[in-house]
Amino acid sequence: MKLAKLPISDRLRRRIERQYLIARAFNRRNALKPVVNRTEQIRTGDVLAFVTMRNERVRLPYFLDYYRNLGVKHFLFVNNNSQDGSGNYLAEQRDVSLWWTNASYKRARFGMDWINRLLMKYGDGHWCLTVDPDEFLIYPHCDTRPLSALTGWLESSGRMSFPSMLLDMYPRGNIEDEIYEEGADPFRIAKWFDPANYSIHKNWYYGNLWIQGGPRTRNFFKSDPTAGPALNKTPLVKWSWRYAYVSSTHMLLPKSLNEVYDENGGEQASGCLLHAKFLSTFVEKSAEELDRRQHYANSKEYKAYHSRLTSGTDLWCSESREFQDWRQLEDLGLISRGNWA
Amino acid sequence: MITAVAQEGVQLGVVLLCHARLDVAAHMARIWVNGGARVAIHIDAKASAKSVDTMKQALSDLPDILYSPRMSCDWGRFSLVHATQDATQLLLDTFPDLTHVYLASGSCLPLRPVSDLCAYLALDPEKDYIESVSANDVGWAVGGLNEERFTLYYPLDWRRQRWMFDRFVAWQRSFKIKRQLPKGVSPYLGSQWWCLTTRTLRAILEDPRRDEFDRYFRLSWIPDESYFQTLARRHAVRIESQSLTLAKFDHDGRPYQLYDDHALMLEESRCFVARKVWEGATRLLDHFPAKRDGYPDLGHPQPQRFERMINRTVRRRLLGRPGLYMQSRYPRKDAENGKTSAPYVLFQGFSDIFPDFDNWLSGIVDADVHGHLLGPEQVEFAGRCEIGPGAISANPQIRDGDPQGFLTALIRIAPKMQVFQFSPRDNQSLNWFIATDPNAHLHVVTGAWMLPLLESDMPFDDIRRVTAILQRAEIAQLEVLNSVWVKARVQVHELTDFLARPQSILLQAVQQMPSPPTVLDSLPHMRNLDGLSQLLRRLRNSGLRPRLSGDGLPIPDSLMSERTAAE
Repeated sequence: MKLAKLPISDRLRRRIERQYLIARAFNRRNALKPVVNRTEQIRTGDVLAFVTMRNERVRLPYFLDYYRNLGVKHFLFVNNNSQDGSGNYLAEQRDVSLWWTNASYKRARFGMDWINRLLMKYGDGHWCLTVDPDEFLIYPHCDTRPLSALTGWLESSGRMSFPSMLLDMYPRGNIEDEIYEEGADPFRIAKWFDPANYSIHKNWYYGNLWIQGGPRTRNFFKSDPTAGPALNKTPLVKWSWRYAYVSSTHMLLPKSLNEVYDENGGEQASGCLLHAKFLSTFVEKSAEELDRRQHYANSKEYKAYHSRLTSGTDLWCSESREFQDWRQLEDLGLISRGNWA
Repeated sequence: MITAVAQEGVQLGVVLLCHARLDVAAHMARIWVNGGARVAIHIDAKASAKSVDTMKQALSDLPDILYSPRMSCDWGRFSLVHATQDATQLLLDTFPDLTHVYLASGSCLPLRPVSDLCAYLALDPEKDYIESVSANDVGWAVGGLNEERFTLYYPLDWRRQRWMFDRFVAWQRSFKIKRQLPKGVSPYLGSQWWCLTTRTLRAILEDPRRDEFDRYFRLSWIPDESYFQTLARRHAVRIESQSLTLAKFDHDGRPYQLYDDHALMLEESRCFVARKVWEGATRLLDHFPAKRDGYPDLGHPQPQRFERMINRTVRRRLLGRPGLYMQSRYPRKDAENGKTSAPYVLFQGFSDIFPDFDNWLSGIVDADVHGHLLGPEQVEFAGRCEIGPGAISANPQIRDGDPQGFLTALIRIAPKMQVFQFSPRDNQSLNWFIATDPNAHLHVVTGAWMLPLLESDMPFDDIRRVTAILQRAEIAQLEVLNSVWVKARVQVHELTDFLARPQSILLQAVQQMPSPPTVLDSLPHMRNLDGLSQLLRRLRNSGLRPRLSGDGLPIPDSLMSERTAAE
């Protein structure tokens, strides 16, 4: 889209872009083949999870249990032509609805067209959590209060979206050394993170903050830090069919959903997505993804990883912190409870 | 099981205002009835018929519960007061033996047994427990209107007609409209949850001027926080201006919700009733009211700890943590409430005069002494490590992406005071930020950047060019440091001044840092200054005016070398 060149106001431009994204998503309705549709189970007020995945069989059991515990009532999965039995496993789960596609991940804007389509159709009026199978939500009081407590409070405070920055977790020692077993807590292995090396820029057009840094920028993107992956995410949104994710879950339209931070010095509530990417499964995955060339910016990220990872990579450094709980993250200033006492 | 306890003459009645989550409200009603109170329930007319049926079904084994006529209640409007009046009237008419009436909502959870409450009321049966603060003493209400609640007209609904509401208020202000209060009434505000004696209540409800008061309050703002609070002052014998219900509001005036993890704190608060309970807090609903056997506990409510916790949270929401920049706190420039989180010290020019300055300094003070953190080749962390505190990379490109984030994160994550070197060669983008930060302490020796050029073997033309660039950078920085906006502590010395008495200036600088020495045993090794005056002269003759090393006079070489030798 070359909207940038047209002489129209930003506001109108964003509106056109949003409608274009919605139309795109609607257009993909036939690309998704329903495998199991249990969406009639969804009740008013349920928190739903939307996931795109490919070959993640070994991660799925823990992922599903984790979010069931938090109170997600129904999972809507897009299976992008998995070859490892993920599809069969998901189809057997009673709270999962599954769609299958073999269309190009890249041409579906890295899966976001599919997710936008499902959100539009099933997410309207629900709090919707859009995550990858390696992302685990941590929010203030998550050890004692379920997701519905958070969403209820957000809604009563008039907030329709909840920011959760991606926090890359990694093991101590070489990534491939400790094998990840199915069903295990990935953060028993990848329990380290970078506490304070995140840079922030404001994106004035979409209104979101652009956060970069962490172990990936520190290790893989030394020569070109601006190309490092974005870490800001807004995965939890009270969805309306008029909304659309623009780029992964980094930003949405309308713009007000991105404005999840306080600019007057105060703190809004926020959480973290613990990113269990750097496990023993990663080396194989990065090689495969590199072959498929289906990832963002010509898989620049995967190229960088792979060149480093094949030689054995240790992301750990003496300043890494060992993950304890949400209070630790809050003390470090990575998340905040805002006024959710 | 109903035990109509009359605790030493106290017979409690309860008015329950319910609008949503009627299942929770039914649970609460049962607690009150089982505790021996008479209950009248008002259900908002907006609640669905199905949920009302379910609620009545659930309470069908408690025939004494009264249901007052349903009306639609809007937040901030008189309808809430009206519903309360009706339900109270119904309660008083049906049970003339009541001595006290407690106003609660369907999400107010009794924390202590009802018998405790009755016993507490019996301590002084004439007392009315209603928070009632004079509206003229500003400061009770959260967010905006205080006295204006009483002096303007509010015919519009704030939730549904917000725009019109605001316009209408502004319009009235511009016309200086001032309503007259009914004669002999002065306005009081307070928590809407009260416990009044039936004597006071009857006096309010049967007041011959009630129509006049109702007419007045019908168009005032949030009358449920002022109607009974104001009129109780007319009729009560003794007012205890404190609500027995623990109800805290956030900065927007919304009530805080209570969750399972608050159980311990609620128990310690010893309040009788708390609001507002989240409907999913099953452990709270099961746990409270606390069971008690034997004699009732007459202890006073002590909500201070709970209130402190809430106030802390409000402060975090409004002011945040100083020096923190993160995904949900990204303050605009000059709205930071603290640009950085702790004091830090910046030395400019010292490392040019004393090449080993940072090592020397780290040996005598208890602080992290870095090199040029903002240097162009590398982030010079102490020890020149690749990864600094907080896993911050030493890569200057990563730093220059967000220098402010770099500096604030470093200061926030490091446990010790941060000290670093600075020079006109370094990244200058933080000059304004540092100069306007009260935590910053700058020691500047101007023109010192010229000293390393003495030892360089660059051609003179290059030296002249570099000098011009660095001099321009430092002049720009000094303009910032001389502006009226400076909040940092700044000490600027010219190079010649500094060289005249380095020891005392250094001692002065060091003494403002943690665990400083009282005297300086030795100075760090000083750079050889031979040839400085020749260089200055040559620069001047080449058409460049060196402005920052002193008052423009060449320093006699003989004097310089003498001084170096003396040290």
